[in-house]
Amino acid sequence: MAGIDIDGITKNFGRTEVLRRVDLDIRAGEFMTLVGPSGCGKSTLLRIVAGLELQSSGSVRIADTPVDSLRPRDRDLAMVFQSYALYPHLTVGENIAVPLRMRRLKGHQRWPYLGAFMPGARGIERAIAAEVEAVAAMLDIGHLLARKPGQLSGGQRQRVALGRAMVRHPKAFLMDEPLSNLDAKLRVHMRAEIAQLHRRLGTTFIYVTHDQAEAMTMSDRIAVMMDGAVLQVASPDTVYNDPTDIRVAEFIGSPKINVLPAIVRPDGGLAVEDSVIPVEAAAPPGDPVKLAFRPEHALLADPAQAALRGRIAHVENLGSDILVHVRVGESGQPPLVVRTAPNGHRHEIGEKIGIDLSSRPPLLFGRDGKRIGVGAARRREVAHG
Amino acid sequence: MVDHALDRPLTVSTPVSDRMGRWVRLRQAMAAYALCTPAVVLMLALLVGPILAVMALSVTDYQLGAKSLAFIGLENYAEMFGDRVFWISLTNTMIYVAIVVPGSVLLGLGVALLIEAGDSGKTFYRAVFFLPVMATLIAMAIVWEFMLHPQFGLVNLLLKLVGIAPQNWLTDGDLALYVLATIGIWQAVGFNMVLFLAGIVSIPRFLYDAAEMDGVPSAWERFRLVTWPMLGPVTLFVVVITSIRSFQVFDTVHVLTKGGPNKATEVLLYSMYAEGFEFFRSGYAAAITVIFLVFVLLLTVVKTQLLDKKVHYQ
Repeated sequence: MAGIDIDGITKNFGRTEVLRRVDLDIRAGEFMTLVGPSGCGKSTLLRIVAGLELQSSGSVRIADTPVDSLRPRDRDLAMVFQSYALYPHLTVGENIAVPLRMRRLKGHQRWPYLGAFMPGARGIERAIAAEVEAVAAMLDIGHLLARKPGQLSGGQRQRVALGRAMVRHPKAFLMDEPLSNLDAKLRVHMRAEIAQLHRRLGTTFIYVTHDQAEAMTMSDRIAVMMDGAVLQVASPDTVYNDPTDIRVAEFIGSPKINVLPAIVRPDGGLAVEDSVIPVEAAAPPGDPVKLAFRPEHALLADPAQAALRGRIAHVENLGSDILVHVRVGESGQPPLVVRTAPNGHRHEIGEKIGIDLSSRPPLLFGRDGKRIGVGAARRREVAHG
Repeated sequence: MVDHALDRPLTVSTPVSDRMGRWVRLRQAMAAYALCTPAVVLMLALLVGPILAVMALSVTDYQLGAKSLAFIGLENYAEMFGDRVFWISLTNTMIYVAIVVPGSVLLGLGVALLIEAGDSGKTFYRAVFFLPVMATLIAMAIVWEFMLHPQFGLVNLLLKLVGIAPQNWLTDGDLALYVLATIGIWQAVGFNMVLFLAGIVSIPRFLYDAAEMDGVPSAWERFRLVTWPMLGPVTLFVVVITSIRSFQVFDTVHVLTKGGPNKATEVLLYSMYAEGFEFFRSGYAAAITVIFLVFVLLLTVVKTQLLDKKVHYQ
């Protein structure tokens, strides 16, 4: 178990800048998720930590020791790959044993056929076999040890890959989108299993994914990456409720956060479409800002009394929730989504409806996409603009 | 990897009556046979037919151009197995195969690994090593003849420079077969290299990453853990193809030694040629051909029945 410090890492592939000065402190025993859209540099960052890729500048420290000049083998990390990367010609047991055999046996003891007769080899092989069996039992794949990876299902291969990573008790686990080749149901299941595994092992995990749901459900902290930079590092709760950047707000959460362009009015309110919302933005009057709110932080209301008015464009019934899509204004904005509990009321397409934002102050983002403060809102009756 | 989706037949459920269904099936079957016919006829005429003809010919005393022939049973085979030259020829062929196959397979693999490991000049090296494959072997054999000429050949001149006595490469009975085998390797390396290159390129990168994370200590261990097993199917194919091709060695023998000196380079296909087209004993030549075919068939059977299962990791 060890903390990992990532310090000013940049990476260029030719002229393309993939990572721009990334700083990230991962605490010992933490489950840190790097999340972002594809091409944001998260996998490259992971590969740099692993030592599979060399950074252009910056430094990685594992347990306060710089590892920049060390080969992956000497960094004492284990990695689980998206494709599992199992050796197809070896059985499950042999696959899991590879990291141990590579480290504990000397070159001549690994010779095919003859190796087992070399002095000392027998004892080591026996110890390795015992450890492989223990790990396999822990992952519930003990009965598969003699099979080849080609005969396993995706979920089973996933477990074998985990076993191969776990067997060595590394300082940290690196996981590169390990669940994205599984079907949706199994993915949800393995999500819980990996989180449990982390709790049981207590080892540092760095987990890379493009799936914000995985990031939200498994992590201690999330690092949201975009365009080669880390935008925010915080707990799932904070990233969701208190994003510091409009791109973070838009990436995290499903359905997506609602965003409306607004103008700061001289009297302190915000002009949105044809309404004025009584929120005071920490921005000069006349500035264009973005107003954002989560679908569950708004209420459907009587159009006459609500801050925003529109017509229902689409209704999605999820059983536990109903997502009501409301088209506000004429400007071709994507419809706003409001999450409501099913209360027996049927929402008709085309129905006029209002959206009430007064239950919780909306999030405001400035011209540069950074979060700006919401002043003590002067709660007034809705003025018609 | 096998695409299992294709294992299941496509079934289309149509709401037609049973009699209609049978009629449709019959028509489909007829169409299928009709569409197969040209291919089957061509196959019989061009592939199966000649083999059967050779087999039939091998039990006759037919001579090229003769007006009649008689069935003589296994007399050709009896004569062949009693003939010293046939055994020399078979042994020589085996020696040739035993040298050329490992030589050209290992060299081809080595060259492919080196080319793939390098950063620049890949295309250049590929082209250079592939040249002997593209060139006509007969023409190349003539060039080799000049190079190996005892008096003014390049090889002997070079040897003289470093103080080694010149050799009669093609007329020395102890050397000639090995010289031919060397030329055989020279010719086959490029082809094997190209096959290995294709195999190496198709090994997934992530396996090397995994090996690196798992702590392979050296390039040799990486080769043993990933490259070599992943090249299994390609290697098997290369070995079988090279074996069959070296069984068929003929061009260089014909141009350079004519089986001499004193039968030292007599090989199966050359014996067959000499019997069939110089002594016009077509029946006897056919018997040699049958033996040759048996060997090729044996190789194929070994490949499909035994080895295929070991290199495809299912």
